[in-house]
Amino acid sequence: MSDAVIQALNLRRAYPMGDEAVLALRGVDLLIRRNEYVAIMGPSGSGKSTLMNLLGCLDTPTDGEYWLNGQEVSRMSDDALARVRNREIGFVFQTFNLLPRATALHNVELPLIYAGVPAPERSRRARQALERVGLAQRAAHRPSELSGGQRQRVAIARALVNRPSLLLADEPTGNLDSTTSEEIMKVFGDLRAQGQTIVVVTHEPSIAGCAERLVVLRDGRVDSDSAPVKAAA
Amino acid sequence: MPVFEAVRLALGAIRAQKLKSFFSLIGVLIGVTFLIATISVIQGMNVYMQDRFANKLIGINAYEIRRFNDFNAEDVPEDTWREWLRRPRVNYRESAFLADRVQTPTIWARTCFEDNIKIQRGSLWTRSAEIRAADEAYFRIKNLDIASGRSFTVQESKNGVPVTVIGDLVAQKLFPGVDPINKSIEIGDLPYRVVGVAERQGTLFGFSLDRFVVVPFTSPARRELCGPNIVHELWAKSGDIPSMRASITEAEGLMRVARQLRPRQDNNFFIVTGESALGFWDKISRVLFMLLPTIVAISLVVGGIVIMNIMLVAVTERTREIGIRKALGARRRDILAQFIVESATLSTVGAVLGIGLGIALAFGVRALTPLPAAVAPWSIGLAVVLGMVVGVIAGVYPALRASKLDPIVALRAE
Repeated sequence: MSDAVIQALNLRRAYPMGDEAVLALRGVDLLIRRNEYVAIMGPSGSGKSTLMNLLGCLDTPTDGEYWLNGQEVSRMSDDALARVRNREIGFVFQTFNLLPRATALHNVELPLIYAGVPAPERSRRARQALERVGLAQRAAHRPSELSGGQRQRVAIARALVNRPSLLLADEPTGNLDSTTSEEIMKVFGDLRAQGQTIVVVTHEPSIAGCAERLVVLRDGRVDSDSAPVKAAA
Repeated sequence: MPVFEAVRLALGAIRAQKLKSFFSLIGVLIGVTFLIATISVIQGMNVYMQDRFANKLIGINAYEIRRFNDFNAEDVPEDTWREWLRRPRVNYRESAFLADRVQTPTIWARTCFEDNIKIQRGSLWTRSAEIRAADEAYFRIKNLDIASGRSFTVQESKNGVPVTVIGDLVAQKLFPGVDPINKSIEIGDLPYRVVGVAERQGTLFGFSLDRFVVVPFTSPARRELCGPNIVHELWAKSGDIPSMRASITEAEGLMRVARQLRPRQDNNFFIVTGESALGFWDKISRVLFMLLPTIVAISLVVGGIVIMNIMLVAVTERTREIGIRKALGARRRDILAQFIVESATLSTVGAVLGIGLGIALAFGVRALTPLPAAVAPWSIGLAVVLGMVVGVIAGVYPALRASKLDPIVALRAE
């Protein structure tokens, strides 16, 4: 199973709610291989966000195992998780989440700063990443000087700059019009073609349609999986 | 994250909100301004006291032997004061004994003085000048240069010829628009011939140092100043400080011999040096140097609290930024360092502004008063270090709060 990027075994996540614990995830098994392009869908309350937080190493499961690129991350400390987020995961958010005061270039450099990459190389790699998303000309602009689509492409450049094993997008087109959405989805398609593993969490069928595999959650469990991969025992 | 990266980030944050940043660092600014300005003024006072006070009143490498210390005569207990008044005055025999027996090269001048004797020329007169009867070495001992005319000759000094050297202000008062040289004046009704006018001495604490006349020690006016065989102050001077100290040591021993003091008995005379005259200033500056840290500490604590508040607000305002940074791989210590460095930078900027303002104040004092206020380099270093320390301490709590934020919660913040 050496080409598994994500291997989730019986993931559970409970949130304390008064005296009781509410189970947001009730045992999710998921295997995603390198270079897969997966969409995760589900109605609200289905556990989408919780799963996304766990897959993104922003949170740890109450129970179950989560292996990311060969490392078990479900029992890691906060600092170790920060390192995994930095090296293995590129986030793309619905609201872009760029630093408003920083230029596009500096925003893209951020993950490299936390990776300890020296300044000249940082700048070079950040420019390369901006070129990949076609924004080399806009490196010195601040987010407020960019359109929504451009902002999201800066965010994608930032997600890719540290060469993560997983690109994790959360409603990446939620704040964009349909033309721009298509543009962004085309960028995702191109990245896929270049070998990137992509997971998109969305509730829009048209966006999910761009992916090759669809996982639908319901009530904290995988309800359907268009191309289930049997987890090796 | 490297420190300079964090500092750049912090300066960016300060620039983004100039006015707010300025108000937040005003406490540190005031504390540091006060620190720099006060130290400058105290050091200026030190220089002034040394240059103007000690060197003008006592003279360089000079000392005087007298009955008791009149520079801090006001704050001694009653019984000490009574003991002082019982002491014998210095006399001619002792003066001659010292001048004869002190081996270190030293020049000597006996002096007597009085403040309230009438000096008259025709219809012009004054009572506000000091009359001093002195041997001719007095001028060299006090570095009292002659602007016009001459000082006494040894002959005049020895024979008590009624000649006089007058101070600049006395010359102006008694000889308006007239050359005083070789004119005659009356000192306590005794006729004297002016042979010289001393160079202008300027002022000390606003009082003129030019209201005086000097006459030969053995000249007739001495009778008006002190009794027979009495010397108010025996002045002495050597070539440099080490020989002055050697001369003082010898003079002290010889005075004890002359007065037949037993080993356990205290000196019943006093030796005034520049240092002993500055004793009262030492006390004042010591009190100032004790008050200074208190006032500076209070303003720095207040400044630190203000900065801490501003940083807490910053953490709240920038919760989302913290979330983003954490999602991108910032560890706790990265966020901690970022906010502590930002707080320290803010505070240090305040300290630097305070240093500038303090230096400006010191220069203002120098321009407007006779104090040669000088900025001490060590006080600048101290101010920068204090600024940083206050910033780091003020930043710890807000930075801890920032570093402990849950990235999921932080990312959801508005």
